[in-house]
Amino acid sequence: MEDEHKLKSTPFTMTDPHFVKSTKKGIMPTPKRLRDLIREIRAARTAADERSVVNKECADIRQTFREEDNTYRCRNVAKLLYIHMLGFPAHFGQLECLKLIASPRFTDKRIGYLGGMLLLDERQDVHLLVTNSLKNDLNHQTQYIVSLALCTLGAICSCEMSRDLAGEVEKLLKSSNAYIKKKAALCAVRIIRKVPDLMEMFIPATRALLNEKNHGVLLTAVALIIEMCEKSPDTLNHFRRLVPKIIRILKNLIMSGYSPQHDVNGVSDPFLQVKILRLLRLLGKGDMEASETMNDILAQVATNTETSKNVGNSILYETVMTIMDIKSESGLRVLAVNILGRFLLNNDKNIRYVALNTLLRVVNADYNAVQRHRSTIVDCLKDPDSSIKKRAMELCFALINSNNVRSMMKELVVFMEKAEPDFKTECSSNIVTSAEKYSPNKRWHIDTVMKVLTTAGNNIRDDVVSQLIQLIQASSQLHAYAVQKLYICTTTDLHQQPLVQVASWCLGEYGDLAFVAVEDEEPLDITEADVVELLEKILQTNYSSVVTKEYAINALMKLSTRLPSQTKRIQSVLSIYGSSMDLELQQRAVEYSALFTKHDQMRSGLLEKMPLQEAKVTNGDDMTNGDALLDELEDNNDTSNNIQKIEPRKTESQNILDLLGDGNEPLAPVISNSKPSKDTSGGGALLDLLGDLDMSSPAGGPPPLMANPMLDSPLDSMMLIGGDSSTSPVNNSLDEAPAYPPVTAFEKNGLKIEFNFKRDGEQIQVHLASTNSTFSDMENFVFQAAVPKSFQLQLEPPSASTIPANNAGAVTQVIKINNPQKQAIRMRLRMTYTTNGSPVTEQGEVSNFPNNLWQ
Amino acid sequence: MMQFMLLFSRQGKLRLQKWYEAHPDKVKKKITRELITTILSRKPKMCSFIEWKDMKIVYKRYASLYFCCCVERDDNELLTLEIIHRYVELLDKYFGSVCELDIIFNFEKAYFMLDELLLGGEVQETSKKNVLKAIAAQDLLQEEEKDLYLQNDILSLLAPPW
Repeated sequence: MEDEHKLKSTPFTMTDPHFVKSTKKGIMPTPKRLRDLIREIRAARTAADERSVVNKECADIRQTFREEDNTYRCRNVAKLLYIHMLGFPAHFGQLECLKLIASPRFTDKRIGYLGGMLLLDERQDVHLLVTNSLKNDLNHQTQYIVSLALCTLGAICSCEMSRDLAGEVEKLLKSSNAYIKKKAALCAVRIIRKVPDLMEMFIPATRALLNEKNHGVLLTAVALIIEMCEKSPDTLNHFRRLVPKIIRILKNLIMSGYSPQHDVNGVSDPFLQVKILRLLRLLGKGDMEASETMNDILAQVATNTETSKNVGNSILYETVMTIMDIKSESGLRVLAVNILGRFLLNNDKNIRYVALNTLLRVVNADYNAVQRHRSTIVDCLKDPDSSIKKRAMELCFALINSNNVRSMMKELVVFMEKAEPDFKTECSSNIVTSAEKYSPNKRWHIDTVMKVLTTAGNNIRDDVVSQLIQLIQASSQLHAYAVQKLYICTTTDLHQQPLVQVASWCLGEYGDLAFVAVEDEEPLDITEADVVELLEKILQTNYSSVVTKEYAINALMKLSTRLPSQTKRIQSVLSIYGSSMDLELQQRAVEYSALFTKHDQMRSGLLEKMPLQEAKVTNGDDMTNGDALLDELEDNNDTSNNIQKIEPRKTESQNILDLLGDGNEPLAPVISNSKPSKDTSGGGALLDLLGDLDMSSPAGGPPPLMANPMLDSPLDSMMLIGGDSSTSPVNNSLDEAPAYPPVTAFEKNGLKIEFNFKRDGEQIQVHLASTNSTFSDMENFVFQAAVPKSFQLQLEPPSASTIPANNAGAVTQVIKINNPQKQAIRMRLRMTYTTNGSPVTEQGEVSNFPNNLWQ
Repeated sequence: MMQFMLLFSRQGKLRLQKWYEAHPDKVKKKITRELITTILSRKPKMCSFIEWKDMKIVYKRYASLYFCCCVERDDNELLTLEIIHRYVELLDKYFGSVCELDIIFNFEKAYFMLDELLLGGEVQETSKKNVLKAIAAQDLLQEEEKDLYLQNDILSLLAPPW
């Protein structure tokens, strides 16, 4: 602080170096030269050595600074700047820089301003001092000192500085010296960027700059106009009148003969050309008349520019962007897209990359023109550069339509096979989406998704499994075809979990069709035993996840009625898993075994084919690519600021509500046991339960387990699989007169919350049961719920605050809802708990309440 | 507008840094570290552009030095390569086939050169000749001062301050 005061009070007149030296000579050793310091630092062998050299030098420098030595200040600051670049703190040199700037010597100023630019930025509080020095130097008679000041102003340029010095800059903008004028123009750019209000004062001077011949002045003037036009639509309109003049400048530039000063590889001043093209883009955007005036010159630049080198292509690239952005003629737009098409064939990877990037930007506006370059774009999928590959892939997906979907998919599947894992995820999910959008027929669709599963199996989105199952299920003529294909795929490769899951499901449902001849396909030479053996293998192999095994065990059970010759064998396999270490498998095996013994007469009815599933709305049909999915996942994992992020999800669920309309079909895995089906003998409700079991075990997480798998009645335990927890207060919904199907209100990261409903007159009681399928307890569990204002909600205390791990019990709680206006119920949930010592917050929304609940 | 320019060696040592947008020192260091690692890990067959935050990074290697610029979304990355090349040409003319050591020992000169080519992140001069002329004239000013100083102070013959 003391330094600063001194600085303000004493004007800087440089003492004669001679004088300083003679008075201080004996006391102070000559400071090390910059060159020597750099050598010494470079000689340091370790980081610690380097640090000690630097620390010692910094101490010396501080000492000299303290002694107010003027002779060597410049050298010391220079050394400090080197030290700063190595990453060491150097801010104690800031004031010394100011002193150097105030010195009359050019050498001092040059280093002082350099230090100022490196050590100060607009965040520093010493600005007032800098501003004063700058003001002085901007009026200096030596142009190089004015230049240093302008350069520093351009680098720091804080708001205050902009306001204080805008006047000086405007004056310099009108100077007769081109060297100063160009620098002043760029300072003006920075000033306007910082304080747009100051624009007005520069406009007259700027217009005059366009009459200059000097390229530096023209270039910076155009930059200044661009900045003004970007900041203010009024100014944009003002400068639109100058379009003919700007075009003339560009024309002169291209037509002018060779000028060694400004040529780059035979191209006349590319920097100026590009700047002017950029300005034209701004001026022509959205303005028919201005755009029309530009057509000719743009065509001229587009056709006459030398393209053998990067520099020519940089101009073409800018031209293309201008053509695409303004209201240009359609012929010109085609020309532009063709230039990009030519870029794609260029040897230079940078140019190929730029082309793909730009095509991606314009593909929607000029779809057909881009479509013409499809084959070149597809070739870019084979590029060694991964950024190019990625762009090409994105562009390919943008170009798929129902006409080219077959050939494009073929290419993309080949690409995916060879691609790196991170590509596979994005590519596979895009293929699935596009296949759904443009598939010419179901067989092709099934083939394509199956191909995705076989090539990128473990990298795909979770919902692809249920999507494919549904697709197969819905195309009844293709059941035999699909099941045989899947059989072949699975026998060759058991690694791809999603594929194996789909195969298991289909074998279970349509196992009997594996032996039927299919048109155009070679018949499979297999026996019923082979099919069962495959499923056994899936159960045994280490590649299979628990979910896959669950699929397989269900399939086996189903096959017990489809392949009567194998019933005995299936029974014995099931009995083996009756003692599986995995609870879920064990439970299923035990229950299924019981079906053979105690309830054999119901078995065939229970294991009927699944009824056609409604499309799951949660499948994310609108999802366009893997990115979106990833975003959502990140959202969900982000527990800290979920509050804002719940908004989009809210609308999503409202959409879901819309989709459902007033249909009676609830959303999630829900047991609809209110009406037993007619065609089954007594086991109708159970069939539904089982059906639900099949579909409710997607890869998202295994269905809940119960506390004690060994229940006396298999019937009861079947119910439990369906989702009711044994601790749930309302259990026997089968017996109850108006039954409301339970709803899975929330299921994520092992936490599952189920709602069971009861109506007490006008009041709705929601009995919720929270279970935990992870391996560690969830402690301090707090459940909160919120409903729209038209409802009244009352939350009773929970049964416990800890949800035991491994589904070993549930926390129950009762929510009472009054719904006087009889509206559809929607509820927001918020759960917090601690698991393994780390707090977790989850949020969710439930809108799939059974609607007979309030009607 | 260019946001910043960094020069660093193949070993990841920073040789020059020019920031045209204000950032706290900590942020500058973080960005520098991040970009040096990213760029050094890229293979030679990859293109010279990286999408980074909402900006574009354009880099090019000349012998043992990487020149790395950060430009805005709308900027022309092919032209940015030309700017880098122009800067290298200028250094080359000035030092006479420039090498990394020239830039290490004369880093201030490298900054002076850059400040005559770019100002506030925009190109200010498209003629090589004009840039070199301006630098030469300023170097001359310094020389004259030194001569004057030496005449005035015989003692300092042993160690001229600059």
